[in-house]
Amino acid sequence: MRIDRRSFLQLSALAGGSLALNLYRAPLAGAQQPGAPPDLTPQAFIKIAPDGVVTIMARASESGQGMRNMLPMLIAEELDVDWKDVRVEQAELNEKIYGPQYSGGSSNTPRGWEPMRRVGAAGRQLLIAAAAQTWGVPPGECTTKSGRVLHASSGRSLGYGELAAKAAALPAPALASVKLKDPSDYRIIGHSQPGVDTRGIVTGKPLFGIDVKLPGMLYATIEKAPVFAGKVKTANIDQIKALPGVRHVLTIEGGIVPAAYTPWEPGMEPGIAIVADTWWQAQQARKQLKVDWDPGPAAAQTTDGFHKRAEELLQAQPGTTVRKYGDIDAALKSSAKMVEATYQYPFIAHVTMEPQGATAHWKDSKLEMWSTSTLPADGVGLVAKTLGIDQSAVTTHMVRSGGSFGRRLQNDYLVEAAWIAKNIDAPVKLLWSREDDVAHDPFRPGGTVGLKAAIDAQGKMTAWRHHFVTFGDERHSTSGGGIGGDSYPAGFPPSYALYTTAQPLMLRTGALRAPGDNAYCWVSQSFLDECAHAAGRDPLEFQLDLLSNSRSPWSVSQRDAVGDHEPTGQSVLIPERFKGVLQLAAEKSGWAHRGKEAGRGMGIAAWFCHLGYFAEVVDLSVDAQNKITVHQVWAVGDVGSQIINPAAAESMAMGGIIEGMGHLAQEITLVDGKVVQSNFHNHPLMRMRQAPKIEVYWRKTDYAPTGLGEPTLPPTLPAVCNAVFAATGKRIRTLPLARSGFGWA
Amino acid sequence: MALSLTVNGVQTPADVPADTPLLWVLRDVLDLKGAKYGCGIGLCGACTVQVGGRAVRSCITTVGSVGDQPVTTIEGLSPDGSHPVQVAWEALDVPQCGYCQAGQIMSAAALLAHTPHPSDAEIDSAMSGNLCRCGTYLRIRQAIHEAAGAQVAANK
Repeated sequence: MRIDRRSFLQLSALAGGSLALNLYRAPLAGAQQPGAPPDLTPQAFIKIAPDGVVTIMARASESGQGMRNMLPMLIAEELDVDWKDVRVEQAELNEKIYGPQYSGGSSNTPRGWEPMRRVGAAGRQLLIAAAAQTWGVPPGECTTKSGRVLHASSGRSLGYGELAAKAAALPAPALASVKLKDPSDYRIIGHSQPGVDTRGIVTGKPLFGIDVKLPGMLYATIEKAPVFAGKVKTANIDQIKALPGVRHVLTIEGGIVPAAYTPWEPGMEPGIAIVADTWWQAQQARKQLKVDWDPGPAAAQTTDGFHKRAEELLQAQPGTTVRKYGDIDAALKSSAKMVEATYQYPFIAHVTMEPQGATAHWKDSKLEMWSTSTLPADGVGLVAKTLGIDQSAVTTHMVRSGGSFGRRLQNDYLVEAAWIAKNIDAPVKLLWSREDDVAHDPFRPGGTVGLKAAIDAQGKMTAWRHHFVTFGDERHSTSGGGIGGDSYPAGFPPSYALYTTAQPLMLRTGALRAPGDNAYCWVSQSFLDECAHAAGRDPLEFQLDLLSNSRSPWSVSQRDAVGDHEPTGQSVLIPERFKGVLQLAAEKSGWAHRGKEAGRGMGIAAWFCHLGYFAEVVDLSVDAQNKITVHQVWAVGDVGSQIINPAAAESMAMGGIIEGMGHLAQEITLVDGKVVQSNFHNHPLMRMRQAPKIEVYWRKTDYAPTGLGEPTLPPTLPAVCNAVFAATGKRIRTLPLARSGFGWA
Repeated sequence: MALSLTVNGVQTPADVPADTPLLWVLRDVLDLKGAKYGCGIGLCGACTVQVGGRAVRSCITTVGSVGDQPVTTIEGLSPDGSHPVQVAWEALDVPQCGYCQAGQIMSAAALLAHTPHPSDAEIDSAMSGNLCRCGTYLRIRQAIHEAAGAQVAANK
């Protein structure tokens, strides 16, 4: 897809959760939202000191995606300075002058690519204008290089530092009017620049949300009901107040009404907040806390119950037809071969290494917050609404966080910190324990999918029917549990049907890295592998053939899936790009010549999401105890014409693959409404000894650059499971691996 | 109870109960924020510091059990970030979110102090107690090898 420049210059400020959530999945749709663009000026983003040191404001929140590098690099490139002379500073939250400051949906690259370069180019144009005025020559005779304006014919030059004061006073040019560099002249874009915080990280500097410290600051912890939205009936509050270091004990009434559909920000969860001189004291006091809970209706929820109901719903008439074309029923009836399977995947938690938390200070009717939110403006709106204050009374400092993966798009912990701060007379840092973080995560919701495909006598797919049983009510899928009518392989089989049915869920869910896709790619690309084997064809060749069968693209006017951050149909899959990454991954991995050793196998899978294309090939062994060792992964990505910061991009892709492996072994289960898992022993991450060799390749194409945090992840899961099938002949249709009798070595 | 700790070469009083985890004394009493809280039960390694030269999980090490053994945190690994492990980490741009990296570095430095030329298997064994949610393991392994090479060069 060609990216329309005008759509990128219409940078709309976030209007609220639903808009932001649309952006998360489909950034282009968001960029095209109507609304007055803020006036981005070079003066807001660029400060140049008299000594020539250039400070560039990083507008977006940073939780490890490298946004403090990537966006400033775009500005620096067009400003035409050397990266070694650039200092990067995190901007405070102010979307009126910086434009969107959230990080989600792998959208910072497509959303920032053009405007950030134009901001830099406008800065350069101002410096040229200042030099031309100084010298009394036409600006057109001036050029720039490494932070200096040059006038070749007279041999004069001036450093940016010498011109900065004059340039800053000039009117900023219209961003649309400035001239951008030819990519062949890039000296920063496409050249690896180490993370601007790396030195601080390796020397232990206090860079993270958890490290914030204010004079007189107190520390808070919150005990919440073990059942979602359970309320406090009584508690031994007076006893807790008398414990060492305890300053305040507050009962949070909460604002959640349990219902079949739990919205993205359902309100505060009830609980007891303990505020003490140190966090350890608060936690110690919490151990003495005795609460009598009213668990409410969510106590009836169990994982086994969800599974049982999903199986019933699969047999029943589907609730919603998301997309249907061709005569699917006739095609299934008349097929030479029908492939049928049910796939099921679990709820999983984000478990960012830094548990959730925030620092807040209420003073003189104003609130100051130190926020790790990746959707920080939404956080301000939610805080103001919950506290009954005006948004203008809130100041937000954007602090680096120890990982988000979609978790910090939700602002529940920020609201809690702000609420506690408003109820006491001191700055306060709220920190969740790991156990809190697992139990009260907005989980990636589980799902159950019944699939049927028809194969004709020539081994070609003629029909694909899937019925996705998710969670929600008649009108909404729970966050992260929706599916769009454009979901691959829609548009490729000659007949197709996608149905959904929802069952109630009283539980917070959300967006985990590549939401929707992180699960649905596994279902879809595993089942496609099944179809290829049923057709007696090579999985790669079968998929390339299917991709050659393109129909008209999905149109936004067609009815789309319910769900508050699901595809809008504007991110259209381009078959040639999908095929391109598959073919290159096959070539790099030696797919055509793979061995046929017992217990060892290779699997291939690809996916398109968040505007990016990734194909992955996995080589693994399975031992006699069904323990899996991944030896190597070959990954190929197509995210457009430029890899802006190559070393960071490679690392991000490797991380997506290792996270994808992690998802395969994780599961959140409920018994009597309570989350069973609590920490890394029963919700594990991959460890170093399990990390395979990974080769990452980029297939550069003539499309504007897009993000890669998310699209790297989804193909890993089916590529592993398809390789397990190649190695053992056993198909993994239920996750986590343990439910299919497998596990990591 | 007033305890005395030697942290990064400096003797420091700490007026906390002896069963307080070392992590929370370092972070919230001594204001050394490098060691991080990740799990609280010794599963993730984000809190790793060295006690008597050994990598330990400070979240499950009581301050009373430290005695007079010297404690080294990431802030005291080198005065200026020049420890070979820190240099290699920076050169390879290992961190993504960076939250686990102080713990990773302290484990790696302890490994190299005892095993100057670790094999991949020895690295896996020494480092598998340190989780990285971002999945930077391949860069970590590479950085340890680079640091080992640098140590060889420095000792020649």
